[in-house]
Amino acid sequence: MEKATPTAVALQDATVAFRVADGRVYTAVEQADLAVADGEFVAIVGPTGCGKSTLLNVAAGLLQPAAGRVRIFDKPLVGLNRDAGYLFQADALFPWKTALDNVAIGLEIAGTSRGEALARAKQWLGSVGLGAFASRYPHMLSGGQRKRVGLAQVLIRNPKILLMDEPFGPLDAQTRQIMGNLLLELWSADKKAVLFVTHDLEEAIALADRVVIMSAGPSARIIGDWRVPLARPRDIFEARLDKDFHALHREIWSVLKEQVMKGYAQSSQGAEAS
Amino acid sequence: MSRLRLLSLQLLVAIVALVLWQFFATVSVFGKVWLPPFFFSNPVDVGTQVVAWFASGVIWKHLLITLWESILAFVIGSAMGAAVGFWFARQPRVAAVFDPYVKMVNALPRVVLAPIFTLWLGLGIWSKVALGVTLVFFIVFFNVYQGVKEVSTTVRDNARMLGMSERQLTRHVYFPSALSWMFSSLHTSVGFAVVGAVVGEYLGSAAGLGYLIQQAEGVFDVAGVFAGMFVLSAFVILIDVGVTLVERRLLVWRPVAGEGRG
Repeated sequence: MEKATPTAVALQDATVAFRVADGRVYTAVEQADLAVADGEFVAIVGPTGCGKSTLLNVAAGLLQPAAGRVRIFDKPLVGLNRDAGYLFQADALFPWKTALDNVAIGLEIAGTSRGEALARAKQWLGSVGLGAFASRYPHMLSGGQRKRVGLAQVLIRNPKILLMDEPFGPLDAQTRQIMGNLLLELWSADKKAVLFVTHDLEEAIALADRVVIMSAGPSARIIGDWRVPLARPRDIFEARLDKDFHALHREIWSVLKEQVMKGYAQSSQGAEAS
Repeated sequence: MSRLRLLSLQLLVAIVALVLWQFFATVSVFGKVWLPPFFFSNPVDVGTQVVAWFASGVIWKHLLITLWESILAFVIGSAMGAAVGFWFARQPRVAAVFDPYVKMVNALPRVVLAPIFTLWLGLGIWSKVALGVTLVFFIVFFNVYQGVKEVSTTVRDNARMLGMSERQLTRHVYFPSALSWMFSSLHTSVGFAVVGAVVGEYLGSAAGLGYLIQQAEGVFDVAGVFAGMFVLSAFVILIDVGVTLVERRLLVWRPVAGEGRG
């Protein structure tokens, strides 16, 4: 028997609803049950608009669920999730700070002296391969470089949980793979719990220990949960060539495909109605 | 177009305009002087007047007064505008209550306030400073307000997830964003500070460029009026160059339009 690892993030029967403009209530996610063990890398995949990001915001404490519970390391979550680092899909760097200051800020506001914060930020910029770009402002960096800075900005605080919302979504295919490998490399150093949202099934399988599938919204539910049988450490270029990868991909896609079609039909209907 | 060519063409425009002006003001064409000197003066007289002002040194006193009034109007107006803009943006309820009054005061043409300021503050520099402040205040106010409101939700959420308290959010997120908006309106607000000073002087004062122009006009000295205008525009251009230099330093983090990278 394995030794029981603590559960880092637990969503229990979490339902998230928004009040929309005309007073109706829009249920984004319904009764989601999800547990991420400490040190586990879980990817959530679902069609566009299924509420994947919503679920992540609930785990971050940025959103309150309408019903259900959120527990972080077996304690109920109150307010923001202080154990979590969040890597956003959109640009979230402070445009008026240099790359170095952007990375150092998390330590500075926690009370680390500026000198030490800068020294450690420099190391982190080095680990994401941007040592030479410390004095650049975000607009002088490429999209991939900005994501690296974002990764360093989050990881320097050494959060126990890493929440990632399609972090590599806006990047081109090659850069995504490079960033994926970089993420795995940094993650394997001290295995944090990761909740990684993506709409790219291949990316999910290549990166994660477990892949969770959500149905099309509204009232999206978790409809599947697969363990990824690929060995670690992993290189995601090679993982994609693995026979097990293909088998799992086919299996999950057979479930996901229907939801993607449904999600697509709904979004195009919505466009016609409005 | 090369720099040299551009510069020579620009100079050519000035020379042609001045030569035409001089010609029609002094030579009679078809038995008529088309620009009577009494109304239009001529470039030589205007130039002589400008040189005379600088040679005798009278102009410096007036320039300094106008400059000082503009600086005071800019600094006080900016400080007040930034403070109130920040406060309103962070306290939407306060902003909602004051909204109609802000709109009302802003809708008022500021010139009508000049007599009141003269009455309250006398003929000295402060009535001009006050007029400039009413102009600068609103520009800075609206920009700072917008700057705080425009902070992207992602950047704000990121700041919160990185552990910032409300105070740290203000310092590291709202404040820099507001400042950047304020700086980008620097040209306009500095320009309005000068406008406030000169219009104030023109309407009643004992010194300054506006006073100089008004005096010349009072004795139908058209050359003096044009000379005052010339010095004033040179003065504003110099200030504008200074602002551009300051701006370049303060907004290094801003992408230059068209240079953005993906």
